[in-house]
Amino acid sequence: MIRRLRPTRLALAVTALTLGTVACGSGAGDSAGGSASSSASQASGGASGSGNGLSGEITVFAAASLKKTFTQIGADLEKANPGTSVKFSFAGSSDLVAQIQQGAPADVFASADTKNMDKVTAESLTSADPVVFASNTLEIAVPPGNPAKITSFADLTKSGTKVVLCAPAVPCGSAAAKVEAAAGVDIKPVSEEQSVTDVLGKVTAGEADAGLVYVTDVLGAGDTVQGIAFPESSAAVNSYPIAALKASKNAALAEAFVEAVTGEGGQQVLADAGFAKAP
Amino acid sequence: MGLPAWVFVPAAVGAVFVVLPLLAMLTRVEWAQFPDLVTSESSRAALLLSLRTSAASTVLCVVFGVPMAVVLARTEFRGQSVLRSLVLLPLVLPPVVGGIALLYTFGRRGLLGETIEVLGLQIAFSTTAVVLAQTFVALPFLVVSLEGALRTGGQRYEEVAATLGARPTTVFLRVTLPLVLPGLASGAVLAFARALGEFGATITFAGSLQGVTRTLPLEIYLQRESDPQAAVALSLVLVVVATLVITVTRRSRTAL
Repeated sequence: MIRRLRPTRLALAVTALTLGTVACGSGAGDSAGGSASSSASQASGGASGSGNGLSGEITVFAAASLKKTFTQIGADLEKANPGTSVKFSFAGSSDLVAQIQQGAPADVFASADTKNMDKVTAESLTSADPVVFASNTLEIAVPPGNPAKITSFADLTKSGTKVVLCAPAVPCGSAAAKVEAAAGVDIKPVSEEQSVTDVLGKVTAGEADAGLVYVTDVLGAGDTVQGIAFPESSAAVNSYPIAALKASKNAALAEAFVEAVTGEGGQQVLADAGFAKAP
Repeated sequence: MGLPAWVFVPAAVGAVFVVLPLLAMLTRVEWAQFPDLVTSESSRAALLLSLRTSAASTVLCVVFGVPMAVVLARTEFRGQSVLRSLVLLPLVLPPVVGGIALLYTFGRRGLLGETIEVLGLQIAFSTTAVVLAQTFVALPFLVVSLEGALRTGGQRYEEVAATLGARPTTVFLRVTLPLVLPGLASGAVLAFARALGEFGATITFAGSLQGVTRTLPLEIYLQRESDPQAAVALSLVLVVVATLVITVTRRSRTAL
C-alpha cells in the first residue's frame, strides 16, 4: 500500500486501523469496528489541514439507508481536502453488490448488512478487510397519533392491526424474522415489502397501522411517523461494514473516505442520525 | 418496392439491441433447476395472481376504455385535446407516480378513502388495489389503439345506419363495435400485457403479500435479493407469456 504522501499522524491511524481489522481475522469483523473506530478517531480531524496529497475523484457505493449521513461525510471530506470529489451511488445493498460484481466503477462499498459485504469479499474484490462502522436496530413505526394504540411488540399481533414488514429475503425482513423468533411472536403482516423505505412509506401514508423499520428511518422521517422502541429488537442488530475496493483507481482517496467514516467526525454524523456504534 | 440497402444496417442494430439482452438472460437460466424454480409455491402463486388480476383489469379497461375512446373519436368539445392528454398521461408517467396518485385517492387517508371505508370496502393491501393499479396504467393502451381504429374507420356506415332509422345504441352495438373489433381486440391484449408487467404502481399502492398482492414482477424483484436464479427463471416465464400475448395480437390483426 502506498501512502508516503500522507502526514504521519494519518498514516499511523491507518496502520492502526488496518492492524486492528487484520488482528480480528477475516470476514465482516463484527468485533473489529469498535477498536478500529477509536484508533482511527483522529483521521478526519487530522485531514482538515491541506497538503496531504489527496486529489481526484471517487465513487462510493453505499446502502440507501446511508444517504443522508454519507452525503454529509463526503461533503466534509471534500471541504477538508480541496481538489477532491466524492460521488455516491445509493441503492439497495444487493443491487450494489450485483453492480460491483459486474465491474461497476466503484471505489468504496458500504453495505447495510454483513451478508452482502461477504459476497464482495468472497470474490476478493476489497483491498482490505471490511470494517463495521455502525449498527442499527429495529423500531416500530406508527402514524402520528398512533391510531391502533400500539405500545409493545406483542401488540403487532392484535387482530385488525395492519402491520407491514420487510420480506424475509431483504435485510430488514430477516431482522424482523429474527426478532419475531426470539420474542416468540408471530406477526401476520398485510404486506411484505421489498425495502425499508417501502414499509415507511405505507406507515407515513397512514395505510398501515404499524411497520418495523430501523431507528434511523424513524428519526429521518421526522414528524411523519412516531417510533416505539421495544426490548426484543436487541435480537437482531444490523451491522454496517465498509471497505475500499481493489478496482479503485484512487486508492488513497478511497481509504481516506473509509477513515472519514470510521473516524470521529464520521462517527458523530452517524450518531446524530440515530446509528448505534459498531457492536 | 425497393428499400434503400442502408436502412437494413440500423434496423439490424436496433433488432439486436432488443433481442440480445433477452438472449443474454437465456444464457443465465439454469435449465436443470428451471422446473423447480418456476413451480415453487411462491412462483405459482405470483403467476396465478398476475394472470387473474391482469384479466380483471383488462375487463375494466374494456368497460371504461371503449366509451372513452368513442367519446374522444366521435365528438368534439372544448378542452378535448387536454382531456385526451390527461387520459394518456399514465403512458408516460413513471409507474411509481401512478402508485402515489392512487394512494392519495383510494388510500385510507386518500380523497375517497372515507367514502370507501363507509361502504365497507377494504382497498389497501388487497387484490383490488393490484387491479386498480394495473387498470390505471393499462387503460391508455386500450383507449389509444381503439381511438385510432375508430378514426381510421370513419363514420360512413354509422351515418347510413342512422339514416335508415337505427337508434344510437343500435348503431353503436351493431355497426361501430363490429367494425373496430380488431382494434378493440389488439387494444385489450396490449392492456393485458401492460397489466402483466406492472410493477411500480403496484408496489407503491398495493404492497406485496404472497397470493394477495405479490404479482409476478414483484416476485421477480424480491427473488433477485435472495435467489437470483429463481428471478431469472421467472423473468423468462414473464417474457414468454408477454411474447405469446403480443404474437396473438399481431395474428388477429393481420388475419382481419
